[in-house]
Amino acid sequence: MSFRPEHELHKRRRGRNIGVGLMLAAFVVLIMALTYVKITQTDFELPANQREVTQ
Amino acid sequence: MTDITNTPTSEYDAQLGDYFALLKPRVMSLVVFTAFVGLLAAPVSVNPIVGFCAILFIAIGGGASGALNMWWDADIDAVMRRTRGRPIPSGRVQPGEALTLGVALSGLSVMMLGLATNLLAAGMLLFTILFYAVFYTMWLKRLTPQNIVIGGAAGAFPPVIGWVAATGSFSVEAWLMFALIFMWTPPHFWALALFMRSDYDDAKVPMLTVTHGRPATRLHILIYTVLLAALAIGTAFTAIGGIFYFAVALVLNAAFLLGAWRIWNRDEVMAEADDYAEERKFFRLSLAYLFLHFGAILGEAALRAFGLGGWA
Repeated sequence: MSFRPEHELHKRRRGRNIGVGLMLAAFVVLIMALTYVKITQTDFELPANQREVTQ
Repeated sequence: MTDITNTPTSEYDAQLGDYFALLKPRVMSLVVFTAFVGLLAAPVSVNPIVGFCAILFIAIGGGASGALNMWWDADIDAVMRRTRGRPIPSGRVQPGEALTLGVALSGLSVMMLGLATNLLAAGMLLFTILFYAVFYTMWLKRLTPQNIVIGGAAGAFPPVIGWVAATGSFSVEAWLMFALIFMWTPPHFWALALFMRSDYDDAKVPMLTVTHGRPATRLHILIYTVLLAALAIGTAFTAIGGIFYFAVALVLNAAFLLGAWRIWNRDEVMAEADDYAEERKFFRLSLAYLFLHFGAILGEAALRAFGLGGWA
């Protein structure tokens, strides 16, 4: 099996695709940071059904 | 049928900038700033990451409602000189894409704001999006000359959402910030309508200038400006105001009242003679007016952090 040659459409949309990729990566980082803040806040509590498992 | 496409759609791939333009970045900058002030003026401390997320998702929600507005209003945007370069009438983005983007970003922003802050803030954001996209854009904009007053309410919600995101509840101060934008919007847009006359006529949007005439519009600008001045100066004596805000509000409202008075005292002959110089000046001042009022509220919040601010 050989790789197909890059379609002209891929070239035309390269900038757009890279932009969307960077935005998705930034979104993942943001969610990670938000999650970290949420679980380290003093008033954070695990759901009731999770407490016994971890304690 | 009018050909509204300047660019052949089959040859053109929309770039990120075209999609970003659908979110009305200039309106979004106002949303970001006022929501930021609402968040920081609240009497609680907010984690910077949570605060950043709150502002980001409020901005995305505002942008989503802008995309929905552009999708629905593509026909009148194509007629008006001010808006015919927007992504849909110029053919850079297809209407269906704008609808999809608007709905997707609405869902994302409401959900994420709820997760980052609280459900009340998320509910407020959802209400704001629906208010602007459905109640204003789809229903009342083409129906009543009070369209600007109603549309102004949608633009006035961001500081309230910022406040609720921080505190989890409503308060008088949050609604005062709402009222400030709500009362500011009509004179701001009616001044624009005075010197962009043919745009709204051509698009058959029932602006006050079209339905009630220009002298009535001038009077409306003056009435709203007087009420706005009372509200803006009165805010100085609440928990978000203080000496600094009071001084800023006094200067700005004196200038704004003077501008409204001059507009009211002119007729079309005078206005056309100097190409609507007073109206244009008033419009430019209105931009600084809102920015500086919210800047002053932010200044008071910053002063309070150092034990200063207020009337102490």
